[in-house]
Amino acid sequence: MAKIVVVTSGKGGVGKTTTSAAIGAGLAKAGHRTVLVDFDVGLRNLDLIMGCERRVVYDFINVIHEEASLNQALIRDKRVDNLFILAASQTRDKDALTEDGVERVLTELSRDFDYIICDSPAGIERGALLAMYFADEAIIVTNPEVSSVRDSDRVLGILASKTRRAANGEPPVREQLLLTRYSPLRVQKGEMLSVEDVKEILAIDLLGVIPESQAVLNASNAGVPVILEEESDAGQAYQDAVARFLGEERPHRFLQLEKKGLFGRLFGG
Amino acid sequence: MAGAEAVKPVLELKGRMMTLTVLRLLDPSVEVLARELDRRVQEAPEFFRFLPVILDVEAVAESDLYLDLPGLAGLLQARQFVPVGIRGGGEDWREAATAAGLAVFPAERDSGGGENRRRAATEEPAARAVATEAGMVVTQPVRSGQQIYARGGDLVVMSAVSPGAEVLADGHIHIYGSLGGRALAGVRGDTSARIFCQAFRAELVSINGTYSVSEQFEEALRGEAVQIALNGDSLDIRAL
Repeated sequence: MAKIVVVTSGKGGVGKTTTSAAIGAGLAKAGHRTVLVDFDVGLRNLDLIMGCERRVVYDFINVIHEEASLNQALIRDKRVDNLFILAASQTRDKDALTEDGVERVLTELSRDFDYIICDSPAGIERGALLAMYFADEAIIVTNPEVSSVRDSDRVLGILASKTRRAANGEPPVREQLLLTRYSPLRVQKGEMLSVEDVKEILAIDLLGVIPESQAVLNASNAGVPVILEEESDAGQAYQDAVARFLGEERPHRFLQLEKKGLFGRLFGG
Repeated sequence: MAGAEAVKPVLELKGRMMTLTVLRLLDPSVEVLARELDRRVQEAPEFFRFLPVILDVEAVAESDLYLDLPGLAGLLQARQFVPVGIRGGGEDWREAATAAGLAVFPAERDSGGGENRRRAATEEPAARAVATEAGMVVTQPVRSGQQIYARGGDLVVMSAVSPGAEVLADGHIHIYGSLGGRALAGVRGDTSARIFCQAFRAELVSINGTYSVSEQFEEALRGEAVQIALNGDSLDIRAL
């Protein structure tokens, strides 16, 4: 049985798809058979981030409507073994997702995979609700600013009450926080909430902190999951997050300003 | 039907912990006590009506007030208290209590808390929780967009109430985390309801419909542990 993991946030533009791609690729690299499912029907992005947009023939909606089989729709990643992508449809809208259809596809995927990563659309409407409904675990992607934190809080409330686990009275969805676009400099200037602030408000475990980094944008533009940019700060932060997700203990990095060198100290700055 | 009832037990003895108001007698004069009782009852007649009380006689144990115990019980009953028993005192007191139809409770061990206890018994509306059932206890954080209502009692939130969340209770609201959302206590007319929180960052607080919004709060109280009570037409928000 696969673990179903939803990557969600409420707010848009915080890094859900980047995170889905990175975590998925990281899990696959660690040897787990992993599939990324794009729930953002109508605004499909995951295939771009994964660099497989030219290989999409059939999509998630086709499979739900039984116009294609899963094997036809699954796209195998060329860089990482064990990694597959199920793209969203660009021409349909989120009403094309049905609870029965999603359940059927996820059940079928569960037989073949260890992890199913559901990349949720922004908002708390149908697409987002269905992306989280069947989840066993949730990664809450949050930027260190108040509106993002509040939206995440809202989503946590929904995870606690409107998922299959909640409906069946099963143990709750495991919730972990991934703080993205973190800039210690801006925290120090008081322009951003600190890790501690966000942790206090959301009161869930911290999976990782991804620093604000040019590497993320470069990787997205190149269609490469940023975790594969192994030298970059963001790539390493995602590697840590995947390791923690798999149960390893690792200290959090990139939380402090880089120590200034001699010149920095002499001339302030 | 009758047959079914016949096999049902008709009595059950159970040990239960109850909160009871203790009335500490600090003066051996019945007149003085009566006058003070009248004054208190006048202040809050509703609060004292049919309030079960235990008379703590420790402070007047050496006096001969025990001789007036039946009279004292009658005096309390006339003011609609329900005297249940006495606590403390020697053999004379115990005999007098039995004669007056009052129970005898063992004396309190830690007399150090006596002063606070007396105040709690006479001033805190919490003492009225005498026989009502325990309120609602919420252990999970109350998230933005969620609403929780404790009907008919108190609400205890063990964690935070997030901005955008709303908690309501007919009784008191206790929040052992940060209050970032809205808290409305005494929503069905209890003006004595209070709100307590560990870190005050509320958007709105209300007691029995009298409300106050974030903009009106004193800056110095932000993030502090506070209690909120209704004082006439306005809310009294003060640090704990």
